[in-house]
Amino acid sequence: MNLITKPSKDNIKIFVPMGLFLVSLSFLDVFVNAFFNFDLMAFLPSQLSYFLPLILGFIGFYLIRIEFSGVRPLDILNKNINSNNFNALLTLFTIFIIIKSIPPMLDWFILEANFVGNSKDDCTGDGACWVFIKVWFNRFMYGLYPDAEQWRINTAFLILFAVVGVSFFVSEKLKKYFILFLVFVFPFLGIKLISGGSFGLEYVESAAWGGLSLTFIISAFAILFCFPIGVILALGRRSSLPAIKYISIGFIELWRGVPLITVLFMSAVMFPMFLPDGTFIDKLIRVLIAITLFEAAYMAEVVRGGLQALPKGQYEAAKSLGMGYWRMNALIILPQALKLVIPGIANTLLALVKDTPLIFVVGLMELAGMIGLAKTNPKWLGMAMEGYVFAGLVFWVICYAMSRYSQNLEKKLSTER
Amino acid sequence: MSKIIELKNVNKWFDKFQVLKDIDLEVAPQEKIVICGPSGSGKSTLIRCINRLEEHQEGNIIVDGTELAENTKNIEKIRAEVGMVFQQFNLFPHLSILDNCSLAPIWVKKLPKKQAEEIAMNNLKRVQIDDQALKFPGQLSGGQQQRAAIARALCMVPKIMLFDEPTSALDPEMIKEVLDVMVDLAKGGMTMIVVTHEMGFAKEVADYMIFMDEGKIVERAKTKEFFENPKSERTKLFLSQIL
Ligand SMILES: Nc1ncnc2c1ncn2[C@@H]1O[C@H](COP(=O)(O)OP(=O)(O)OP(=O)(O)O)[C@@H](O)[C@H]1O
Ligand SMILES: [Mg+2]
Repeated sequence: MNLITKPSKDNIKIFVPMGLFLVSLSFLDVFVNAFFNFDLMAFLPSQLSYFLPLILGFIGFYLIRIEFSGVRPLDILNKNINSNNFNALLTLFTIFIIIKSIPPMLDWFILEANFVGNSKDDCTGDGACWVFIKVWFNRFMYGLYPDAEQWRINTAFLILFAVVGVSFFVSEKLKKYFILFLVFVFPFLGIKLISGGSFGLEYVESAAWGGLSLTFIISAFAILFCFPIGVILALGRRSSLPAIKYISIGFIELWRGVPLITVLFMSAVMFPMFLPDGTFIDKLIRVLIAITLFEAAYMAEVVRGGLQALPKGQYEAAKSLGMGYWRMNALIILPQALKLVIPGIANTLLALVKDTPLIFVVGLMELAGMIGLAKTNPKWLGMAMEGYVFAGLVFWVICYAMSRYSQNLEKKLSTER
Repeated sequence: MSKIIELKNVNKWFDKFQVLKDIDLEVAPQEKIVICGPSGSGKSTLIRCINRLEEHQEGNIIVDGTELAENTKNIEKIRAEVGMVFQQFNLFPHLSILDNCSLAPIWVKKLPKKQAEEIAMNNLKRVQIDDQALKFPGQLSGGQQQRAAIARALCMVPKIMLFDEPTSALDPEMIKEVLDVMVDLAKGGMTMIVVTHEMGFAKEVADYMIFMDEGKIVERAKTKEFFENPKSERTKLFLSQIL
């Protein structure tokens, strides 16, 4: 047999087993090296032994790269990760990096991490000190909200989840009422429950709110309000009435041109100076208004993108049927435009959630803020890594869930066509 | 006879470019008028002025006793009485054919949903696509879409129907099914203004023919006379090109 020939269908019986053997050998070498710190190729000169997996894998991938082999799994593999030499190299690098990075990650997160105890001194292993998260967990969730009153926050969120959960299973007709309740009743009910001050509930000032629950509260309210305001601004910017048009443009460009952190700072420090003496607006509400208007400006531009993508004929058809401006937009234009820009809307809302930690500039502390506070506690110095990894994970879960939801929505709406 | 549409001395400009020049036109109830003319002569612009999708700058346009002007209140009311069919169908792609037809009766005329859907089904039957009612526009052929668009306009029970080259975007084999529906509508006594180059259709239903060129009405004549004995040279030239 001539091994110099190009791999082809004729010599598939020799080339494929040989190639697979070489590729497996290269993975095995990296694997053993990473997990057991043992160098299979130690008998070779050090530099060669270092690069050998790459060379073996590369040759192996070359040998199995047989076009139209007729073996389905092989064709799929070749097409996706082994279509040419460069792709084969990329594949090898990617897999090596994954294999190499698993052991240290595993060690830090789990194997050498500390789970038991209740002070920093209990953390003796080399890995993460999850005791830190455990001890501070309550604060990370509820901020400085009094322990005895935390059931109120739990109840509010339980109601929310229950209503949302049930709404997935009820008929279309009932669903409308569920949504109306969620948008127009629940937010105010929930806030009343959490802030208290009536119905025999003790008043808890908003400065004590914090942690993940505050992240949720701020995100939920800002999303709820920034969406309709954004839509109105987008319509306003395309209005034929100059006054409305230029006010919308001015508003959008003003808010888009300023960093959120400045807006928040101004809302807390400068805004009260313009209020008449004696009036007082809660800091949290000022911050909420600031975030809402800020994100609404972005939302407006996303929605405007959708409006611009619609053909003129849709407007004309709606008008020719006798629809006025609002009916035309509500029934014909917006349903189509919003569907087009679901990815952009999701993008803006994800950014909104991830922007909430910035409220630290006005002294409010949601999850990341509470972690920042905890890590500066003298008894817990040096816990920044654990804290921010935890925060990162929590934010990732929230944002990934939102992203999946938007993808589902997109799919559902596109199949309705 | 009282007129349902009257245009007097209408002039219209797009910026500096004059699209309509001294247009005079009267249409009596139940009359059918076909407008033809070379591309860019202002045919579309003219009929779009009649339901004010375009605004004219000079002259008067009176539709069913209401003058269309800057300060016309209830322009929606006039539009609800004037159905329009477009070259590109312009169905609403996010709604089923049935919803396309019942939407305006429900939200503009405030009919109960059930009644609106009944009317919609009747009109879909009339254009012979009642079996497609639950499909979405994207799932229909061009001819079916245009018939659905006609049904949608009819659901508002208009007094006047405007057609802007309703068959120009269709494949030849679908043109007939749409023209059949329009002939049927004409025989039912609808007032119609049709921009089209389908001269067979024109000969069959039109009471009057109008030939436009460069924003002017060059010739207006009874159909028979228009085809057999056109007066203007430009009309003759145009007819010789398309017949
Ligand atoms: N929105 C607009 N802005 C500027 N010019 C326009 C506009 N709409 C039409 N025009 C111009 O006005 C003239 C008449 O247009 P119109 O669409 O009425 O012609 P038409 O007779 O319907 O032609 P066709 O047979 O091609 O549809 C054309 O020269 C066109 O370029
Ligand atoms: Mg035209």
